[in-house]
Amino acid sequence: MNVVPNINRRTFVIGSAAVGGGLAIGFDLPFGGPVSAGATGNGPELGVWVVVKPDDSVVVRIARSEMGQGTITGLAQLVAEELECDWSKVSYEYPTPGQSVARKRAWGSYSTGGSRGIRESHEYVRQGGASARLMLLQAAANEWKVPVEQCSAANSVITGPGNRSTTFGKVAEAAAKLPVPDKPKLKDPKDWKIAGKPIKRFGIADKVTGKQVYGFDLTLPGMVNAAIKESPVFGGKVKSFDAAKVSGMKGVKKVMQVGDTAVAVVADTWWQAKTALDALPIVWDEGAHAKVSSETIAESLKAGLDAEQAFVGNQNGDIKAALAGAAKKVEAVYAYPYQNHVCMEPMNATARYTADKCEVWVPTQDGEASFAAVLAASGLPADKCEVYKLDLGGGFGRRGAFQDYVHQAVTIAKEMPGTPVKLLWSREEDMAQGRFHPVMQCKLVGALDKDNNLTGLHMRLSGQSILAAVRPQVVEQQKGRDPLVFQGVADSGEHAFGYTIPNLLVDHAMRNPHVPPGFWRGVNINQNCIFLECFMDELATAAGQDALEFRRKLLGKHPRNLAVLNAVAEQVGWGKPAPQGVFRGLSHMKAFGAYVAAAAEVSVTGNKIKVHRIVAATDPTYAVNPSQIDRQVAGSFVYGLSALFYQECTVKDGRIVELNFDSYDSMRIAQMPKVESIIMPAGGDGPWGGVGEPTICVAAPAVLNAYAAATGKRVRSFPLKNHNLELA
Amino acid sequence: MVRLTINGKPHDVDVDPSTPLLWAIRENVGLTGTKYGCGIAICGACTVHLDGVATRSCAMAVSDAVGKEITTIEGLAQNGTLHRVQQAWIAHEVPQCGYCQSGMIMAAAELLKNTPKPTDADIDNAITNICRCGTFQQVRAAIHAAANA
Repeated sequence: MNVVPNINRRTFVIGSAAVGGGLAIGFDLPFGGPVSAGATGNGPELGVWVVVKPDDSVVVRIARSEMGQGTITGLAQLVAEELECDWSKVSYEYPTPGQSVARKRAWGSYSTGGSRGIRESHEYVRQGGASARLMLLQAAANEWKVPVEQCSAANSVITGPGNRSTTFGKVAEAAAKLPVPDKPKLKDPKDWKIAGKPIKRFGIADKVTGKQVYGFDLTLPGMVNAAIKESPVFGGKVKSFDAAKVSGMKGVKKVMQVGDTAVAVVADTWWQAKTALDALPIVWDEGAHAKVSSETIAESLKAGLDAEQAFVGNQNGDIKAALAGAAKKVEAVYAYPYQNHVCMEPMNATARYTADKCEVWVPTQDGEASFAAVLAASGLPADKCEVYKLDLGGGFGRRGAFQDYVHQAVTIAKEMPGTPVKLLWSREEDMAQGRFHPVMQCKLVGALDKDNNLTGLHMRLSGQSILAAVRPQVVEQQKGRDPLVFQGVADSGEHAFGYTIPNLLVDHAMRNPHVPPGFWRGVNINQNCIFLECFMDELATAAGQDALEFRRKLLGKHPRNLAVLNAVAEQVGWGKPAPQGVFRGLSHMKAFGAYVAAAAEVSVTGNKIKVHRIVAATDPTYAVNPSQIDRQVAGSFVYGLSALFYQECTVKDGRIVELNFDSYDSMRIAQMPKVESIIMPAGGDGPWGGVGEPTICVAAPAVLNAYAAATGKRVRSFPLKNHNLELA
Repeated sequence: MVRLTINGKPHDVDVDPSTPLLWAIRENVGLTGTKYGCGIAICGACTVHLDGVATRSCAMAVSDAVGKEITTIEGLAQNGTLHRVQQAWIAHEVPQCGYCQSGMIMAAAELLKNTPKPTDADIDNAITNICRCGTFQQVRAAIHAAANA
């Protein structure tokens, strides 16, 4: 009955036995704590990324996590490309975070958020593949006693002068004894044969047969199950609970307080634990925030719209003078709500604790963050802790920086040494204890001159800072400012503002309610793109100009922004008649290093909005797997439009009101628009862009702009269900 | 003790009769392909077939499933051959995270049994499962492909 997954398939076990007489290649990393060939010392294992076994099979080690976004496949493609191996022989494994710590962070960052999985590690993983290839070539050359320049590798086969031929597997052991080439030359992407191709993602078959083991599916011998309830009012504590009421219920093993804020029931099965927890009388000390509501939060943010003090994110010219001298001023106030990630797989972690060892199995976006939580909760040193990563049933930012469920699982397991405990949150707990998309309001004022040129824009954000709650040290360094708030409207970098406006001010009045904020797919571009791109349409309307032409005039200095916008406009047929009753809207942004744009076609019947089609363009500099990018684009629209139409976490009496899909809906297949994805990587030597998040932000404003084109009405607060508008 | 027939095999399960079928399948029988997503029969991640009818198992008491043929994702393949829906799912690389896909596939398999050549409107009516990754475009393509297989 117990299902024990083959953890070894994804777990790196230290020692030469695991390498199987093969080859592992390492190199210096850009992150500190580099592992050189000599640093690890013993055995043929030199480094970290590639193992070639005697049977020619190739194992690529992947530090980032897989949650359906395709990062592991993309990274393996990049390694295999440089290795010149046979793709059909490639598999992957996750090195454990414990190994990473023991080996001075040999695999670099484990963080799988911010659309960073590929764009921030492509160079060092490609170098890992290239170094491995050079070592294999050198080993063959040594064996044949020929110059290495006369040897070449292709498809896992090495050929040399005089029809000499061998395979990677045959020379791997000798190659492993050679020095690791430092910073090998990488291939020109024009010559890519594996990277850049729509190769099928790993793991699909297991996901259609029910074999895939998510954290929630893990079963260990002797395992018990835990359900938990934390104070529904954020900042509240447990006052008392009546364990005797439920401790005699079937299967119940333990009723316990977890930290100051939560109560857990442990039972043979999770259903028994959950049933007992629901029946358990708990009295909460609700703390200082029990009177807070969405209304009181909105009032606080509203006051920030005109507050004297604000942090500047982007500024040029003299916005005061521009507004004072405007022939026409346009003003609008927008508001964006709290939202929950609602990963389909609720939060969970399985922990086994003894005085000598604490092990945790967890679906995580950041194995190192999970490891840190295990250390903190167990009190054990790093060499007695380990984390085994499992694939995620959705992440979207909930499972990276926040490891509260890991902390809880270990805390519970400590009370039952030696017994594995699987902690699973109910959907209601998952909704109540989110790390929520922050609330933000925005007042925009634009200045038009007498010829209807945009001469000034003031964008005042007022609302919650994620970093103030999650990375306060960054905010301290910035003298109280949260730079992340300006994603998509920043003065430079991967989230740079695309328009050139002679007088510009983007500033932020920080207002931090007690609701814990988090990184939610796309993070702050979700609201910033709505604010900016809807307002650009409002300005174009006020100026009596076409929305595309109005933008084009302001994008002359940003050709890649302009290129994606032009691409969607052309494909959607902008400027040409739309089908009867269909109206169009545009939007664009630079986000996570990628340039993205969308053009939506909608029709409106009464209160029903039908989104027929969205054309999307993405320029991520390089496209590692186009098929995976298409899916991320379409998927991001489902996530983004679900948020736009349905999703708000309302605060009442200090707690979240919406606790399940009955009050927090999500788009179904019937509402899915036809998504046409244009992938237009510009190439070049600049930084790569991400693909998991950027396009999420352009769907909503494109749809809102099309709705305004259809009806003449502007909606400026969300979700649209609050205006009795439905997604048809 | 209740007797369940799952994927053609009998299982005697020691649970309270009010236990949802989902949890008996997962925790007592040990078949974990069927997922929990909401517990209130909305999201569809827990979809199984009950006497051939796609049913949300999270909000149905195990006692109501006694005497019925229960098919889970693990029982959809026949004699080692994947169901044509599963094959189409692989060919179209439908899953992203994959968590909701067991339920999605069970719903699609029932649709094709009742409606061998479904229209887009048929698909819209029959497939009401939630997928947070947003795989719907591939789901639709794969259902049409399976219908024509």
